[in-house]
Amino acid sequence: MYNKGTIIPGLIIFVLFVTFPIWFNGLTTAGDLPKPELPPGGEKQCVASAEYMRANHMQLLNEWRDDVLRDGNREILEIDGKKYPKGLQTACMACHSQKEKFCDSCHTYAAVDPYCWDCHLTPNETASKEATH
Amino acid sequence: MDKQRRKFLKIAGASVIAGIGAPAIIKLSASPALASGGHAAPAAGHAPAAAAHGGPTEEAPKGVRLGMVIDTRKMNADQGLLDNAIRACIDAHNIPEIPSKKSEIKWLWKAPFENVFTDASGYHGSKKITENDFAVLCNHCDDPPCVKACPTQATFKVASTGIVAMDFHRCIGCRFCMAACPYGARSFNWQDPRPYIKKYNKEFPSRMKGVVEKCNFCAERLALGQEPACVESCKGTDAIVFGDLNDPKSEIRAVLDKEFTIQRKPTLGTKPSVFYIV
Repeated sequence: MYNKGTIIPGLIIFVLFVTFPIWFNGLTTAGDLPKPELPPGGEKQCVASAEYMRANHMQLLNEWRDDVLRDGNREILEIDGKKYPKGLQTACMACHSQKEKFCDSCHTYAAVDPYCWDCHLTPNETASKEATH
Repeated sequence: MDKQRRKFLKIAGASVIAGIGAPAIIKLSASPALASGGHAAPAAGHAPAAAAHGGPTEEAPKGVRLGMVIDTRKMNADQGLLDNAIRACIDAHNIPEIPSKKSEIKWLWKAPFENVFTDASGYHGSKKITENDFAVLCNHCDDPPCVKACPTQATFKVASTGIVAMDFHRCIGCRFCMAACPYGARSFNWQDPRPYIKKYNKEFPSRMKGVVEKCNFCAERLALGQEPACVESCKGTDAIVFGDLNDPKSEIRAVLDKEFTIQRKPTLGTKPSVFYIV
């Protein structure tokens, strides 16, 4: 083989470069599955099963939004004696009060940037304004 | 070769004639059907429209129509009432308090008489008119021009309550509604409102830059069986009476039957749901 000295190191570098995502994730923590923190209050029950919520919470939120705002259907959900007034701030964040440790953990991992919090307030945010005023 | 060319030209000629003639034939044969269809549709469409426009007496829409009577005599006697109502509104809805007139956000606010009742004459007006400010808010019109202007249906009329509601999720910030609203009841967020919100209500969202907002008659409070924040803040004084304009037994109807009330710019035909006792 001609130019063995450059071709073989070149191939090695090329393979390493192409497989970068695989070994980088393996060697560092970048590929670890996110561990969203469960509600600090210890609630175990949600409006639907964890599997359903994990896959479909965005559709559910859109349905709630349309129910509440457009159809005027603000009926309060009652599941196992617990009341959930439809809404991100009124239902979800009442239990999942740590947006930074719950919502963000998966959203950051999946590199999605939902615009919910452009308007909706997180409990930490509301607390900040109550304290200063 | 010659024969083939001859044949080709014949076929081509026939095709051209057929091509030109066919649309005309289709048009001729189809026009009676089209014409009858065209006549039927307006006939069906016009009847209810004509009824809606009505005669000289205005026909009120059916169903629940939430409205408000503001007793400016009581408001003027105690200016604190209106200030408290505005404060309650701001606290309930995370409304930013922006000092600049250009970018301020208003749901319920004060304005002088000539700005509120632009078609009423202030000429030789009484002191009460010249010296006092009046409460203004979205009129929740029965025929709201803002709803017609909105290209995304972000603002719409809730059929069950008559509230002119907003879905901030859909607002694209085009501000057509602001141009359409004859009452100036809509405000645009020229900047991120959050730094200007003094105190957060954790049950209600804030808004973002580029969204229009206005009074929502406290739809979120009504759903919980509460009165609108401004009405609640004036509790006991009856300075603001809130209720269903179409319910003959409601408190608001009793007030409307008893007192002489005026609306803002009634000549525009928007049929406001906010009435004033001056």
